[in-house]
Amino acid sequence: MAERPEDLNLPNAVITRIIKEALPDGVNVSKEARRAISQAASVFVLYATSCANNFAMKAKRKTLNAGDVLAAMEEMEFERFLEPLREALEVYKKGQKGKKEVSEQKRKDKEKKNDAENKGQEEEEEDERMEDEPEEEEVEN
Amino acid sequence: MSENSPHADAHSAASKGTSLPVSRVKLIMKSSPDVSSINQDALFLTTKATELFVQYLALSSFNGGSGKETHSLSYSDLACTAEQTDTLQFLTDKLADTIMLLTDILPKKIFARDYLKSLEQIQEEKDADD
Repeated sequence: MAERPEDLNLPNAVITRIIKEALPDGVNVSKEARRAISQAASVFVLYATSCANNFAMKAKRKTLNAGDVLAAMEEMEFERFLEPLREALEVYKKGQKGKKEVSEQKRKDKEKKNDAENKGQEEEEEDERMEDEPEEEEVEN
Repeated sequence: MSENSPHADAHSAASKGTSLPVSRVKLIMKSSPDVSSINQDALFLTTKATELFVQYLALSSFNGGSGKETHSLSYSDLACTAEQTDTLQFLTDKLADTIMLLTDILPKKIFARDYLKSLEQIQEEKDADD
């Protein structure tokens, strides 16, 4: 289990916002209700993780994947979440791909820029510098 | 507990597709025994599912509760709904109690009926070990 208990809480401000957006305008949500929902959300994460992990273990995998989480939702009888989750995942994956392309593009632009700057110099120097330039690798977390 | 400014939240929500911080969700997931690693998509989905769950819990409790007349949502609305709804039963078992213990509980209140029950169980187990 985590060392510091408070870390298992989800941020109050975000939870409150999600609640407000889900309810009709102007509904007053008590502090205790908010806290209970926040705690319930933490329990939900744990429960979903445990469930998803069962599916991963059945498949002899050590890494939880998207399929495991979706299977967990079904197991937990939250089929209502499946469609919105799948759609959100699509958008997310496209976004990730876009980010990769953007950083690829940035790297290419940077190289182009360096080339243009070196243009004014001796060709010898330019060749040397280009050889010395280290390969830049994008590290994805 | 440090909170992001609304502006920062909106920015990260837009780029990440979630409002809840993925890092915090990951922390909770990792506290589960036997979980070695979680891929990015799974992390995203769990975060998103949790948001959907918060919406679902809030709305079901509001619709099912007495607060509808008074235009409010109270703890007892939640407790009633949790008790009466099949999909919310997991909130009333031992795992739930553990998390609540760790995230600071509301002892007077009603997930507490089961909380007290499991306290007794824990005490019994302790006594059995002694």
